[in-house]
Amino acid sequence: MFDLDRWEEIFETIRKNKLRTFLTGLSVASGIFILVILLGIGEGMRNGIAREFEQDASNLIFVFPGVTSKEYKGLNPGRRIQMKNEDYNQILRLYGDRLDKTASLYQNWGQVLNYGKESGSYAVHGSFPAYQELENMSLTAGRFIDINDLNNSEKTMVIGNRVKLDLFKDEDPIGKMVQVSGVNFKVVGVFTDPGGERDETRAVVPITTAQRAFGGANNIERLYLTLKPEESFDAAVAASTQFSTELEAFLKERHTVAPDDNSAIHINNYLENAKRFFTLMDMMRLFFWGVGICTIIAGVVGVSNIMLIIVKERTREIGIRKALGAQPLSIIGMILHESIFVTAIAGFLGLIFSLTLLEFVGPAIETQYIYNPTVNFTVAINTVVILVFAGALAGFFPAWRAARIKPIIALRDE
Amino acid sequence: MIEISNLHKSYKMGANKLHVLKGINLNVAEGELLSIMGSSGSGKSTLLNILGMLDEADEGSYVLDGVPIKNLNEKIAAKYRNKFLGFIFQSFNLIGYKTALDNVALPLYYQGHSRGERMDRAMSYLEKVGLADWAGHLPNELSGGQKQRVAIARALASDPKVLLADEPTGALDTKTSYEVMDLIQEINDEGRTILVVTHEHDIAQMTKRIVNLKDGLIIEDTVVSQVRALENV
Repeated sequence: MFDLDRWEEIFETIRKNKLRTFLTGLSVASGIFILVILLGIGEGMRNGIAREFEQDASNLIFVFPGVTSKEYKGLNPGRRIQMKNEDYNQILRLYGDRLDKTASLYQNWGQVLNYGKESGSYAVHGSFPAYQELENMSLTAGRFIDINDLNNSEKTMVIGNRVKLDLFKDEDPIGKMVQVSGVNFKVVGVFTDPGGERDETRAVVPITTAQRAFGGANNIERLYLTLKPEESFDAAVAASTQFSTELEAFLKERHTVAPDDNSAIHINNYLENAKRFFTLMDMMRLFFWGVGICTIIAGVVGVSNIMLIIVKERTREIGIRKALGAQPLSIIGMILHESIFVTAIAGFLGLIFSLTLLEFVGPAIETQYIYNPTVNFTVAINTVVILVFAGALAGFFPAWRAARIKPIIALRDE
Repeated sequence: MIEISNLHKSYKMGANKLHVLKGINLNVAEGELLSIMGSSGSGKSTLLNILGMLDEADEGSYVLDGVPIKNLNEKIAAKYRNKFLGFIFQSFNLIGYKTALDNVALPLYYQGHSRGERMDRAMSYLEKVGLADWAGHLPNELSGGQKQRVAIARALASDPKVLLADEPTGALDTKTSYEVMDLIQEINDEGRTILVVTHEHDIAQMTKRIVNLKDGLIIEDTVVSQVRALENV
């Protein structure tokens, strides 16, 4: 390896054939470059999706009823399922030990909110204090509704940022009264939602107040549930899937729905969705590796090809060396050494260039699905291993061929 | 030094078999300067290639300095070539991108000498052939005669038992040819065994013994009185 003469010879050949060496190197460098960029993008997409799922509480289970599609126990299909407070309370009694945060929702679309001369139509959600975390809202002013508001059916209200901007402009809304269907609510807080503008055109009031003020009786439209945290992602997915199944069976029985009727009760399990996405991502990463490796193989074939030409060109020289006493092994060493050297240098250049690109351009990428594309150290090491292996492979066949050339034939070569 | 007996060699040319050497018997003693003559197709180059272990005989025995040369694999052949033989070619066969000094040092590299020793020894052989001032030049900056002298220095560098020269003057004009032959005679005077393949009579007369080949057989083997090349320059 530290044989000065061999190094000298390699530099000699490289110096003599700058363009050829450059083109050889380029094919390897671009291969490594593409591999690293693809892996970076793969990682970025994974990060992006992970971030998407972080927006709402990521182990959220979300229940909303629909319309039955099957006749069951004498009941006609087409029946709308209406959940009641008792459903929620019964779920808490049965599964309370497994649940972390819970909320039910009674919502009214298109309620007109009045403040002074300003008015607008917004959704009014009646819910629980836990609703804030379950919907990932963050407060910019005041407080969220609390348990006292619920117990006393207080007429308190938290408004979305859009509602605040529409009704109050620059005015501080805290403590001000907003009128909804003739009922006065006191604004106690303002929230923003990572879901954006649409999610900020809402107002949240205690569910007890909402059911009473808007004639909701004890109806609820939705359930939001999260499970207690588990050790690992896979355990969490398993627990969450298990719970979803039990919950569905429970609700179907309670509302006399056929067990195989899929349109009456909808249970949306975020974690299961996330799991599906992550599996998809892993597949994509595998695909990226595949494409990257194929690109490198194309590069290796290119290098092999060029090394074969080099061997052909140097046939006579190899013959001379053999006549002077060069062993086949030293000829193999000479050719292998050169190809490994060229691929390694070119590969490292590709690696450095792509890593630099990811390092400086990566953080600037701000799309919804790619976030902070990086390549970790293990991957970089793997790439280097692939590289050296590729160089050896690219050199081996030409070297083997060179070592087999008979000196007498090589010397005759003109 | 060289003992060969009943040497046969044939080449396959498609369906035909070309019998090139048809039983060669030849003994060469140490210190001889011998020329092998013959028209083209007589088998003289084939004989030299077999002597140089660049090719292998089909039949017969070949003993070089007491070592029987047979069933060689590439590795052992390379070792023997390096240890026993020095080659001088008609077309010089210098490596184009190496300087004269590096070319001479190459056989020493394959003998495993250290870099410093290689350079010292190569330089002393270059001095011997009178090209010390040209050590740093590439082959294409040298004249034909100079190239051949570098090649001779390279052949000598590994201190071989036998020098094999294949038409060493074939690519040179008469004056340069004689200069090269003078150098070969000088080396022979020091006691080294040299075999020269040639088809030129004046060159053959400068050796001490002429072996004439025709159609794969030795037809004549005569000791001649050597003509010194220097007298003709």
